[in-house]
Amino acid sequence: MSDPAERPSWAVYPTHSGEPAEGGVLGRSERKVDGLSRITGAAQFTDDLVLPRMVHGKFVRSTLPHAWIVSIDMSAAMALPGVVGVAIGPELPKRYGVIPVAQDETAMAIGKVRYIGEPIACIAAVDEETAHRAARLVRVEYEPLTPIFTIEDALDPSKPHIHEASRKPSNILRRVFQEYGDVQKGFAEADLVVEDTYEYPGSTHVPLEAHVALACPEGHGKLVLWSSTQNPHYVHRDVAHVLGMREQDIRLIKPTVGAGYGGKCDPFCTDIVAAHLARKLGRPVKIALEREEVFYTHRGRHPARMWLKMGFKKDGSITAVDFKAWAEGGAYASYGVVTSYYLGVFMPLPYTLENYRFESHRLYTNKPPCGPKRGHGAIQPRLALEMHVDRAALALGLDPAAMRTANCIEPDTETCNGLKVTSVGMKECIAAVVEASGYAAKRGKLGPGKGIGLAASAYMCGALHPVYQNELSQSSVQLKVDRSGEVTLFSGTADCGQGSIHMLAALCAERLGIEPDDVRVIEGDTSLTPVDLGSYSSRVTFMAGNACVAAADKVRDKIARAAAVKLGVEVGALVFRGRQVYVDAAPERALTFVDAVWLAEEMFGPIGEVGGYKPHKIGSRFRRQSVGPSPAYSFTAQVAEVGVDVETGVVTIEKIWVAHDCGRAINRRVVEGQIEGCVYMGVGEALYEEQRYRGGLMAVPSLLEYKVPTVHETPEICTFIVETHDPNGPFGAKEAGEGPQLSTVPAIANALHDATGLWFTKPPFTPDVVLAALTTARRRAGSA
Amino acid sequence: MSEFESPAPELGPGRAPDGPAGDEVIVNIDVNGERVRRLCSASRTLLDFLREDLRLTGSKHGCDVGDCGACTVLVDGVPRLSCITLAVEVEGAVRTIEGCGPAEAPIIAAFDTHVASQCGYCTPGIILCLSHLYTETPCPDDTAIRRALGSNICRCTGYTKILAAARQVAAANGATHTDEPE
Repeated sequence: MSDPAERPSWAVYPTHSGEPAEGGVLGRSERKVDGLSRITGAAQFTDDLVLPRMVHGKFVRSTLPHAWIVSIDMSAAMALPGVVGVAIGPELPKRYGVIPVAQDETAMAIGKVRYIGEPIACIAAVDEETAHRAARLVRVEYEPLTPIFTIEDALDPSKPHIHEASRKPSNILRRVFQEYGDVQKGFAEADLVVEDTYEYPGSTHVPLEAHVALACPEGHGKLVLWSSTQNPHYVHRDVAHVLGMREQDIRLIKPTVGAGYGGKCDPFCTDIVAAHLARKLGRPVKIALEREEVFYTHRGRHPARMWLKMGFKKDGSITAVDFKAWAEGGAYASYGVVTSYYLGVFMPLPYTLENYRFESHRLYTNKPPCGPKRGHGAIQPRLALEMHVDRAALALGLDPAAMRTANCIEPDTETCNGLKVTSVGMKECIAAVVEASGYAAKRGKLGPGKGIGLAASAYMCGALHPVYQNELSQSSVQLKVDRSGEVTLFSGTADCGQGSIHMLAALCAERLGIEPDDVRVIEGDTSLTPVDLGSYSSRVTFMAGNACVAAADKVRDKIARAAAVKLGVEVGALVFRGRQVYVDAAPERALTFVDAVWLAEEMFGPIGEVGGYKPHKIGSRFRRQSVGPSPAYSFTAQVAEVGVDVETGVVTIEKIWVAHDCGRAINRRVVEGQIEGCVYMGVGEALYEEQRYRGGLMAVPSLLEYKVPTVHETPEICTFIVETHDPNGPFGAKEAGEGPQLSTVPAIANALHDATGLWFTKPPFTPDVVLAALTTARRRAGSA
Repeated sequence: MSEFESPAPELGPGRAPDGPAGDEVIVNIDVNGERVRRLCSASRTLLDFLREDLRLTGSKHGCDVGDCGACTVLVDGVPRLSCITLAVEVEGAVRTIEGCGPAEAPIIAAFDTHVASQCGYCTPGIILCLSHLYTETPCPDDTAIRRALGSNICRCTGYTKILAAARQVAAANGATHTDEPE
């Protein structure tokens, strides 16, 4: 890290960055405050909730990829005993979506279906089985339209529009073009140009808990909605919008969520239709998706075709990057506009780059919609970039690790596309994994069928600009301090397993010198908790953490002022630690935290404070650069060691070493768990997972067919935490929940090259793909 | 009062209040040490019986076709996928995560210490699979631990912390070696 005094003005924000852990909580490796409730089955997930008179909703789904709906006959379904009500698309005509410029979705299809599995109608019945049976009695008559299944067809202006209102020449949701520096000049100066195409497959999140919503009408036209969501705030807004209700008349509660990985970022048909039917029927309605339906709901990784051209000097420095990507997005926009930017904007990280150009397209096809999946939009191009770096290193006779290290950006750098980077632990990450894995000694020397590969990456810590423009806090936290010493923390965040409840409890405890268990976190309840934008873009630790510290600072200040009077010292002489407030120079002069809270309440009245966070303005040189800038960036390096069975094509990952710069680790064990979860998901995408289609039909809509790694396929993961103390993060923290996934697939791909001499540019690297490539290579070698 | 003495579910139209009707059967089994007698559909899965009739919601719907392990319970101490088991076919004693006791306490404590549960949706099933493992093999090696977890999908952890917790329990039980040291 550079000297704080030399930092540019945008790199300084008062968040206790780099301060020692006065409270003794920061940086511990410990259990989560909400761990036991989840382990023992006590935690209540949405599907665990039951209300009196509750009925169950089941969707009727499209069987065609692209068609006009001619008629819907529900008479047989409605005649079935136990059926209490139905709803169809035209009852909910308002379009919605998280991204304001791309609200193209309705809760159920209106007039036209755009993918197989799209909801058309919903049946409510006294139990799930009856609803299911009734749904199968619904007859839908269609008039088929030409479906669009491929990137070529989506770009073809002669093909029909999936969204007939679109004014674009073909089925393009968004095209983004950005150019920085002088790309032509950069290539002219290059000693080596590497150019190739890559194809990254679509994949889906598979949270074990399916999407569930439970709605209950209250008196006075009000409604409570429980939803298994990552983003309570956006669900709240969109449900109100579609139902034509005032937001304050809806209470949105997020119970315990059985993971999301990006798959529960959108407001879903479950939320909107459950709320609609509850109002219509005047009784509680639960809609729980089945596993097969989750595959149709999707919002997973965009399949992307990419073309990458990079220029290098002999010393390995990068002279220019030219990148094109076409992302096939399915039938609706979801977060696709953001995807189109994320495909390109992170490429100038983490290597120094002055001349950069990218063009990306996010396209509509007649398949389930793609959306944000862990590492959103940045995963696909990272494979191309990191494989290109290895190709260049080999061509130039350089060590890939040394070449990467030599070209790392320094802390407090502004990239060519205006990303303002504060802390950077990239070199330390590379050094950690290279040393631990023995990369230098093993590369090229492991023998036939064995290989080792390295990759590096960077990711964001929340978006600088909110999804819908406003000057409000992006995260806010409220603290209430009880005379018992219990601190209640209210936050609109949505812990979906990543540990944000613990993060908030720990930061609050650290600041007040108490234990995380002394803090009760109430989160994700729009009537109780102040707004937080949600669990996406790796924003929660950075933004909600900063809001939490801001609120805790105010509470601490009041308690300190009261304690200082009692102890006869200045406020600055006090330490908060071990559930005590004491004089730093004379620890025996102490108050218990509870006594100090009593004194503070006597002096100031009841103790409650709020804190908010929005990134300070760090205006870009580039007006159009509104998607991509983040208040901080995390960095990761990974080494994978693989074995390839040349007879069968089976790839085995022996071990993965991963080092991640998370800024500052709040709970080291939780950080490790996030990193390991990222690597796991990367291993799945590298070797097994693909959202495959036959035409428009999802071909593998079950966990038997869609292969996720079990304990047998998951390699040993050796994890290193690199701490950099970001100047703007809460106590210097950044993120760990997404960034580490970016470099997993390219590290494996580079290891596969080391093992086979072949560049595999199209994951997943399944046995048939690997064997076919090896056979072709052998044949070529034989005929040469 | 036992938690199971809540009123039985409402009977539908045309059903005699005093006995099975249509496809209904009497399920009479031992759940977590208590005798349970309930009228339910012959096609009711053990998972729905536990979750809806007995309100034991620690066992989860993950896939409903036996692919993920989130619904795992013990029947006479042996892991069973309750989503593909009919309530009526169960003869032995059922144990769910709610019925865990001293035998599982070290496993639960190890999972807590190692943060082996992130979202927690798969965890109850995994705890029960491990309970069976340690009953059969108090000091399992890594191969045995992996085999015991092979039918449980966890999407959050990469299994790393789960294995660490499982190894800790094995070590506490006296295992002298594992084939993959920490």
